[in-house]
Amino acid sequence: MTLSELAARLDLKVFTTGLPLDKPVLGGYASDLLSDVIGHGRKSDLWLTMQVHPNIVAVAVLKDLAGIVLVNGREPAPETLAQAVREKVPLLGARAGTFDLAGRLYGLGIKGS
Amino acid sequence: MALRRLRADLHIHTCLSPCGELTMSPRAVVRRAREAGLDVIAVTDHNTTENAAAVIEAAAGTGLAVLPGIEMTTAEEVHILGLFDAGAALGPFQAEVYGNLPDLPSKMRFVDDQVIVDAADYVTGFCPRCLFGATLFSVHDAVELIRSHGGLAIACHVDRESFSIISQLGFIPPGLELDAVEVSPRMSVDAARAAFGPFDDLPVVRFSDAHRPEEIGSAATDFFVEGPGLEEIRRALAGEGGRRVITP
Repeated sequence: MTLSELAARLDLKVFTTGLPLDKPVLGGYASDLLSDVIGHGRKSDLWLTMQVHPNIVAVAVLKDLAGIVLVNGREPAPETLAQAVREKVPLLGARAGTFDLAGRLYGLGIKGS
Repeated sequence: MALRRLRADLHIHTCLSPCGELTMSPRAVVRRAREAGLDVIAVTDHNTTENAAAVIEAAAGTGLAVLPGIEMTTAEEVHILGLFDAGAALGPFQAEVYGNLPDLPSKMRFVDDQVIVDAADYVTGFCPRCLFGATLFSVHDAVELIRSHGGLAIACHVDRESFSIISQLGFIPPGLELDAVEVSPRMSVDAARAAFGPFDDLPVVRFSDAHRPEEIGSAATDFFVEGPGLEEIRRALAGEGGRRVITP
């Protein structure tokens, strides 16, 4: 499933409005420790996190993630959004918390490792 | 003036920290620091500086130098140590921190009383704020706040699995104006550098993060400085004028 399909079905907010959302999402990962995502995230994962620091963009680039979803209605720091646009990392937002959003993604066939 | 080698443990909690033992009173901290052969200590409670003046006063005339400090919790749950000059007026700084500390309950099971004391170890009050909570400051804002009040900013226990800038943010964000990184007593500097480094070009220090008297001085760093003031500590970390640090 692509990011744009998921965004539509889960009513996700798109922060990086100019970026294409045609990347396929092959799996998911949820963590708020960036060191853990560096260790366990996989290519084309959609990453669910509370963290809004600019370092999340660097981690997404490093692991070649499909995109990042900020949960619980959190907004990216301005520098984070600027960096996501610069690095072409799709940055989305959900009103739901991690548990609920991960459950809904799982129901749509997006699974962990 | 000639340089002297001063042994410093600049990360020590008192009974004001929610996780600090009640036995960490000013007189006990000073006594144990002297027994441990320390020349300089810093009082660094979680998100508060309110017990620092009492420890400074308790150490007067003993030969032990005491710097006021803080261990701030940032919005990312990174711990940043702020160290200040002994004469610094920290009221405005503390007001900024308290003003950005969410209003959560401070009395819970497993959370010790947050005891404010005087230099003679008498209890003068209890801090009603949730000191173990995260402030609203990002790491960048926390470092800037500390520096704007004349302080030094050090990333705490970078080898730990929680509350470390490495655990929370994966790596040290570029552009963050840290004065040093701290390794906990659990790990040697070399091992920490290999596992979590290279820490850019930042100096590495090792302090105890003591929450109990017997932990004071369990890790320390030697500063080659003219004296124990904050400016000398800063210059040693920056390697200025022959000053330097040796981290055992």
